[in-house]
Amino acid sequence: MDWQGQKIAEQIMQIMLLAFSVIAFATGYIMSSFQMMILIYAAGVVLATLVTVPNWPFFNRHPLKWLDPSELEKHPKPQPSLNVNSKKKPVKK
Amino acid sequence: MHSFGYRANALLTFAVTILALMCAMASLSDNFNSPTPSAQVQVLNINWFQKQPNGNDEVSMTLNISADLQSLFTWNTKQVFVFLAAEYETPKNSLNQISLWDGIIPSKEHAKFWIHTSNKYRFIDQGSNLRGKEYNLTMHWHVMPKTGKMFADKIVMPGYRLPQEYR
Repeated sequence: MDWQGQKIAEQIMQIMLLAFSVIAFATGYIMSSFQMMILIYAAGVVLATLVTVPNWPFFNRHPLKWLDPSELEKHPKPQPSLNVNSKKKPVKK
Repeated sequence: MHSFGYRANALLTFAVTILALMCAMASLSDNFNSPTPSAQVQVLNINWFQKQPNGNDEVSMTLNISADLQSLFTWNTKQVFVFLAAEYETPKNSLNQISLWDGIIPSKEHAKFWIHTSNKYRFIDQGSNLRGKEYNLTMHWHVMPKTGKMFADKIVMPGYRLPQEYR
């Protein structure tokens, strides 16, 4: 899952759970059925799990673009400088 | 949110948090219900009334209990426990409460009832004070919600009197 996918997955999860809780509470209250509220909410949780937990291809549409290896060769890593030893205590002479 | 486990964990904790909120709201919604229960009790007969060898008075009576407790039930009510108590004052105790009958009401459909019964539990005084005693019959109930706090209330029915003589 790429960065964009993670963000979307989290948002979908929160929105789905909140929406289902509101629907479940309203339905349960109107039907005077606590059991109905729990059932609707449980269905919502299962659905949200199926949508957001597995790594669907949908969440991988924005892959990170790494530099090519050839590009890397053109910009070589700076070599550690040779005067590293200068930080060390000067050797007594 | 980068792995299966983290997403499952995030979803589960958020789902349970919301469930707790929903239960709290269901519990709060009980406050919108203003119940208007009613109860009547008739003492049809004093079956017998005597002094036990140890000096305590005991009464057996036949009761006709009718009550409408339907308004106590909301969507968040699991059951209602109801009991009928005789309450009276004696020189020794400012309040005596003796449970004569009880019952569990499992649903709204069973909340309007009447029952013709002799006292389920023995009506025995602590001493010998019952002759001619005026007493209240009190219908107590405890509402047991599915979530939230249990609450209780009662209806006091005054003006009952026991006979002057043993029989």
